[in-house]
Amino acid sequence: MWLMAALVLVGSVWVVTLRNLFRAALSLGLVLLGVAGLFILVGAEFLAFVQILIYVGAILTLVVFAVMLTAKVQGPEAPPPRGQQWPAAAVAGALFSLFATATQWIVRSAPAPQDPVSLQQLGQALTTTLLLPFEVISLVLVAALVGAVAVAAILPPEESS
Amino acid sequence: MNGLQVMLWVSCAMCALGVYGVLTRRNAVAILLSIELILNAAGLNFVVFGRLYGQVQAQAFTLFIIALAACEVAVGLAIILALYRTAKTVLADQVNLLKG
Repeated sequence: MWLMAALVLVGSVWVVTLRNLFRAALSLGLVLLGVAGLFILVGAEFLAFVQILIYVGAILTLVVFAVMLTAKVQGPEAPPPRGQQWPAAAVAGALFSLFATATQWIVRSAPAPQDPVSLQQLGQALTTTLLLPFEVISLVLVAALVGAVAVAAILPPEESS
Repeated sequence: MNGLQVMLWVSCAMCALGVYGVLTRRNAVAILLSIELILNAAGLNFVVFGRLYGQVQAQAFTLFIIALAACEVAVGLAIILALYRTAKTVLADQVNLLKG
């Protein structure tokens, strides 16, 4: 577990700090694999496989394609404006301490540890009580993908002749 | 209990690092990567709290978060490609198409 946590943390730092965008995308893959490992450790094996299939398989491929399609003009990314890093780091640190204290208080007052949720329970919940959100999410997915194709396929007027 | 606590800290750190990335990155694709970090941190948080309270809905909502992240990244990358084609840049602070 400590290995997975260290993998996730180091990968996250790389994602937000590496100047080379391709390496940042690859370290995002590292983070996603680490989170999948944490899912397995916490007893959510189905979500771990979904995470690997959708995130690492589909989303990361899309991101790498976008990096390669837009990398022609930019080269190595220019450093951010100088005054912006420390305020951003302060905001992120304040956010982390806020979240950490809030969740620690909730964990302390939590009931005794429960059994992990089985895949059968998850499937039954998805087809009974959560059926409407499940259908809505598939509709949203179709609409978003069709919209993405429509947005990306429109050529500027001078090229579309 | 200890392991779940550590995972909560990891997800908090992921979310904070994602916010840092959104605030400091200039490239639009990199901002999208940071948003993925934030969404994944939210999913990890859902799963850990679902394990803590023994709730089925937590895993289902993490599934929905993953599906919504797929939608978001598809639409975002399509917008970035269209932007790159019209404005010839993907740096978020150099896009001034709406400026008169």
